[in-house]
Amino acid sequence: MALVVLGIAVVNFFLLHLAPGDAAQVLAGEAGSATPEYMAALRRQFGLDQPLPVQFVQYLGNLLTFNLGFSFRHGLPVLELIGQRLPATLLLMTASIGFAVLAGSALGVVAARNAGRLADTLISTLALLFYATPVFWIGLVLVVVFSVGLDWLPVGGMTSVEAGYGGWDHVKDVARHLVLPAATLGLFYLAIYTRLMRAAMLEVTTQDFVRTAVAKGLRPRRIALRHVLRNALLPVVTMLGVQVGSILGGAVLVETIFAWPGLGRLAFEALFQRDLNLLLGILLCSSAVVVVVNLAVDLLYTVLDPRIELAR
Amino acid sequence: MSIAQSVLPAAEERPVRRGLFARLLRRPSAVAGLALLGAILAMAALADVVYPADPLDMVGTPFLWPGADPDFPLGTDMMGRDIAAGIFHGARVSLLIGGVATLVSLVIGVGVGAIAGFFRGRADHALMHVTELFQTIPPFLFAIVIVAILQPTMTTVVLAIGLTSWPSLARLVRAEVLRLRDGEMVQASIVLGLSDARIILTHVLPNVLAPIVVSASIMVASAILTESSLAFLGLGDPNIVSWGSMVGAGREVLRTDWYVATLPGLAIVAAVLALNLLGDGLNDALDPRQNRR
Repeated sequence: MALVVLGIAVVNFFLLHLAPGDAAQVLAGEAGSATPEYMAALRRQFGLDQPLPVQFVQYLGNLLTFNLGFSFRHGLPVLELIGQRLPATLLLMTASIGFAVLAGSALGVVAARNAGRLADTLISTLALLFYATPVFWIGLVLVVVFSVGLDWLPVGGMTSVEAGYGGWDHVKDVARHLVLPAATLGLFYLAIYTRLMRAAMLEVTTQDFVRTAVAKGLRPRRIALRHVLRNALLPVVTMLGVQVGSILGGAVLVETIFAWPGLGRLAFEALFQRDLNLLLGILLCSSAVVVVVNLAVDLLYTVLDPRIELAR
Repeated sequence: MSIAQSVLPAAEERPVRRGLFARLLRRPSAVAGLALLGAILAMAALADVVYPADPLDMVGTPFLWPGADPDFPLGTDMMGRDIAAGIFHGARVSLLIGGVATLVSLVIGVGVGAIAGFFRGRADHALMHVTELFQTIPPFLFAIVIVAILQPTMTTVVLAIGLTSWPSLARLVRAEVLRLRDGEMVQASIVLGLSDARIILTHVLPNVLAPIVVSASIMVASAILTESSLAFLGLGDPNIVSWGSMVGAGREVLRTDWYVATLPGLAIVAAVLALNLLGDGLNDALDPRQNRR
């Protein structure tokens, strides 16, 4: 794991130097917005007049002291900006993953228990369609239908600023704003979990301990939930770890469409303003999120299946 | 199954490949996928014949709704560009970028997987760390950063997608190669004194072909999705039409003329769906476990 974190730093460093122009210009958010004195200070601070290996060590030193540089466009240190935006993205991620896992697993269970029948065909077709639909397009269609057409839900943002809600009303307000972005981001993964759960349920059903459970005379419902589902959950949890990175990517699209004030939206703004250093900072922090979530998934494994022990 | 497969992979290979197409045709979903893909390929091939003009040119009155003018069956967008022409030419771009990007990740993924699985030990360790690294960095964000830094052109988009989508393939190939590595066929080749490269290329990889082919069709699908997402964000080559950039442009007029953004999106859905269906069909047709049932 430590090696991977180091690797991420190397990749970031490499990308920084790949950018056209002097890395100091990139760090300052493109030339023109910074004074020559500041540029000189930047060059010294990041040791850009030094040979590459020395630069890299200094870069690492900066990372270790959580110095990701400064964003001139926003007038704030990069880390502070990211810290401001991270909670919104985590909320969106949790909501959409929660929705995808719960609804997807439920649909998968229903499909598996009705394998080959109408319900299965319907669910499987739906999953196939969602799996093929680009996230941004789902977002636009949902906006057209639910915000513009039916006027049920807000078009974008995270809160109704003008209403100035407090306390419980504020929570409800955010929840209303969360529905469409979370559904947009969640539908693609819902398709994945539906397919995965269906396959896992069918696979587990053929195993010996399930036959034993049937022979013991347990009710089918209890077998499905206690014996089959619990074992079928393992691949779902694995998938969760694999997908975090891709969900963070999807968040860029969803947050851009719904003006959700998170990391993804920040990435889009950075892209638009050519604030490459901010963009690299976001890439670094997103990778860190993936590392943390994967650690959590490893822990979750041991809870779901006590036979698994954490190695090393 | 495992004994027969690891000891006699070559014997297993032949009956699987013979009649693959026939077996594919017996699956309705695969047939639907092939038909849909054929239609999109035809659109791409005929784009210059049916719509010889530049699809970025203004050819009609802006905001013609689909069906309003027989000359423009799918209508025109806010700049008076023919949407149908854009979709035809976009098919070409999507398939080309999807295909070439997949080729790039096939080369990296199969290379890394084969070397790691065949040589094991230190090479395996090092390569798997690199793979893990690439799996940790969010792929789409990674692609965005690469394209943003190198400036958006067809080549950089292809590179960005190819560079970020190989890790799962590398793992798959490695697992398969590890399985074959201890089989008698490879052992016999070593005894015969064949070079490592020759063993990998002529004995190991042909036996890993089935899962690679399945992955490839799914990878083209996701490459098309990634390309359209990049283009939607404005990270496409500005001189070519792409389905994603059409959706992105249509977003501005979503409230009133939603067809501008939705129609090209349907094209993306169709293309991705076709490739996924084909991938599923190939998976079933190539899976020896399924054949015995």
